[in-house]
Amino acid sequence: MSRTKLTAGLLATTMLVGTAASAQDVTLTIESWRNDDLTLWQDVIIPAFEAEHPGISVQFTPSAPAEYNAVLNSKLDAGSAGDLITCRPFDASLALYEAGHLTDLSDLDAMANFSDVAQSAWQTDDGSATFCMPMASVIHGFIYNADAFAELGLEEPTTVDEFFAVLDAIEEDGNYIPMAMGTADQWEAATMGYNNIGPNYWRGEEGRLALIAGEQSLTDPEWVGPLEQLARWGDYLGRGYEAQTYPDSQNLFTLGRAAIYPAGSWEITGFNAQADFAMGAFAPPVPNAGDECYISDHTDIAIGLNAASSNADAARTFLNWVGSAEFAEIYANALPGFFPLSNAEVTLEDPLAQEMISWRAECNSSIRSTYQILSRGTPNLENETWNASAQVIRGAEAPADAAARLQEGLASWYEPQQ
Amino acid sequence: MRQSRIKWHIIVFLAPAVLVYTAIMIVPLFNTLRLSLFTEVDQERVYVGLENFRTLFGDPRWSESFWNALGNNFWFFFIHMLVQNPIGILLAALLSNPRLRFSALYRTAIFVPTILSFVIVGFAWKLILSPIWGIAPEMLDAVGLGFLYQPWLGLEETSLTTLALISVWQFVGIPMMLIYAALLSIPDEILEAGECDGITGMSAFWKIKLPLILPSIGIISILTFVGNFNAFDLIYAAQGALAGPNFATDILGTFMYRTFFGFQLQLGDPHMGSAIASAMFVIILIGVCFYLFAIQSRMRRYQF
Repeated sequence: MSRTKLTAGLLATTMLVGTAASAQDVTLTIESWRNDDLTLWQDVIIPAFEAEHPGISVQFTPSAPAEYNAVLNSKLDAGSAGDLITCRPFDASLALYEAGHLTDLSDLDAMANFSDVAQSAWQTDDGSATFCMPMASVIHGFIYNADAFAELGLEEPTTVDEFFAVLDAIEEDGNYIPMAMGTADQWEAATMGYNNIGPNYWRGEEGRLALIAGEQSLTDPEWVGPLEQLARWGDYLGRGYEAQTYPDSQNLFTLGRAAIYPAGSWEITGFNAQADFAMGAFAPPVPNAGDECYISDHTDIAIGLNAASSNADAARTFLNWVGSAEFAEIYANALPGFFPLSNAEVTLEDPLAQEMISWRAECNSSIRSTYQILSRGTPNLENETWNASAQVIRGAEAPADAAARLQEGLASWYEPQQ
Repeated sequence: MRQSRIKWHIIVFLAPAVLVYTAIMIVPLFNTLRLSLFTEVDQERVYVGLENFRTLFGDPRWSESFWNALGNNFWFFFIHMLVQNPIGILLAALLSNPRLRFSALYRTAIFVPTILSFVIVGFAWKLILSPIWGIAPEMLDAVGLGFLYQPWLGLEETSLTTLALISVWQFVGIPMMLIYAALLSIPDEILEAGECDGITGMSAFWKIKLPLILPSIGIISILTFVGNFNAFDLIYAAQGALAGPNFATDILGTFMYRTFFGFQLQLGDPHMGSAIASAMFVIILIGVCFYLFAIQSRMRRYQF
């Protein structure tokens, strides 16, 4: 009898201790597609936060980028998603907000640190609610092997003609593959090809907004231009580029076998770790000398609060910290190539990242043309652009035909283009 | 006392299998069929009858993707029937030859790829065929055939056939094992009787063994059909959900996945996805019924 009582008493104490502990220690889980950043979150960002906020621990649980949206949607529907959701820009996150999976964060203090443009990718169409705390943007351009350029006596090209002259010179020398890109995964052709060089042709925001308003169409010369340039790229890519994947291209460049890499700034961290030669970067060359330059400075990543989270208060504390100048500094330097969107002054230690962010002062920033509103329908303009860009580079479709196909697809569901 | 009419032991013994199968196969199947009759309007699920199927077959964009995927599926199946099953039968015939040495070793070696995961097979072959790191270009160079090398997985004309052949490499062990078992079950008396009548060697295979293993070949064909029309993993592992280049390797499985779960900026549409899944189900059902009623029922069986 007494033994039973003792056991019961012990059990009760354990339970009490158990609940007390869990009330104090909240664990927040972050859903993300940035599996490349796992160590940085675990070693730098999370410890910095946990040091200031005892009692809240954070777990970073990324999934593969290509599967993230599908995995996240399934998890949210099943109620098993983490407390904090890394937000893709525009419609993917807007749909989550409208479906009630994300919480309105407009009232968070830290939101005041971000400009309207920075918030625009995670707002409702009327701008009344912001549902993700902006984290970073990525800038497109070309990263090159500076040692190879010095060896061949080449200069950074500023115009398209100079760009192809440089490519010709590298090809003639024969020691390097002029440009490292493949069409097997298709998205590089659109993201690092079309949307990288495109803003110079469609004049950044001006053309992008005109396309959304229906004042320009994808068959106009400023939208066919980038496809025409892409059609010339095929000659400068490595042997068998049709089956070359994204990691193949990264390795070709970092092993020093290719001279130029059409890049997004997110590559910087990986390239710094892998490449043992000096690297430089140049902005997308302009079509004619003296043209104003435009860059793709794409609002890429933000973080929001799962509406079903049971740790909303702790999560809000974390989100406020994400919006702070301190986080911007840590994040920008821990992940050179992800440039902070906040108004806080941030100094970058990485020279390559500093070079790319300096283009913001020289050129006009724009975001990827296909992301806002235009990829809402079926066929999806972004996915079609992947296919069209890859087709054009492979020479399987003429630029004008590809543009006509894109326009036809867009006009089939998007009223302003009809 | 009259005995109870209900045979409880039958129900008890059947129950576990029936319950598990119902819960994880039959209910989801019918739920998918049901889901294909709905669509979502303003976060609400609305019944629309056969509207999704009208879109799938009527809208030129959807129907083009669908017929492309179905055509690719048939080509995938055709390559399997043309290559996998004849090779499987050939290997089984060779293995069942009592004079062959190390036959257990060959049997195991050929069967091993079957138990590998699709992801491993897809990744390994991608590396083998890679134009940059692959051993395929070097091996061809070494025998002076380097000019034959093409980035097969990246070309529209060759990528689907290449993937089908990779799948054949992986699964050739299954028809081989089934046929091998069927060949072993042929009694020696029949073969000896044939020998007395002067039927030996190759003609013994064509005239005695092949007719006796026809039912097994039928089963293998239908297994291949169902497996190929449900295929997804290999294409997804090797080419991604967009099944490049230019949808040349898109089959019904990847088309359904893209539609159901969404891809990159394209949001998932479970209702259209279910419509495609239902169409896949009907296609497979027709294929299996055709086999059961038109072929299997006419097949002659021999009793030993």
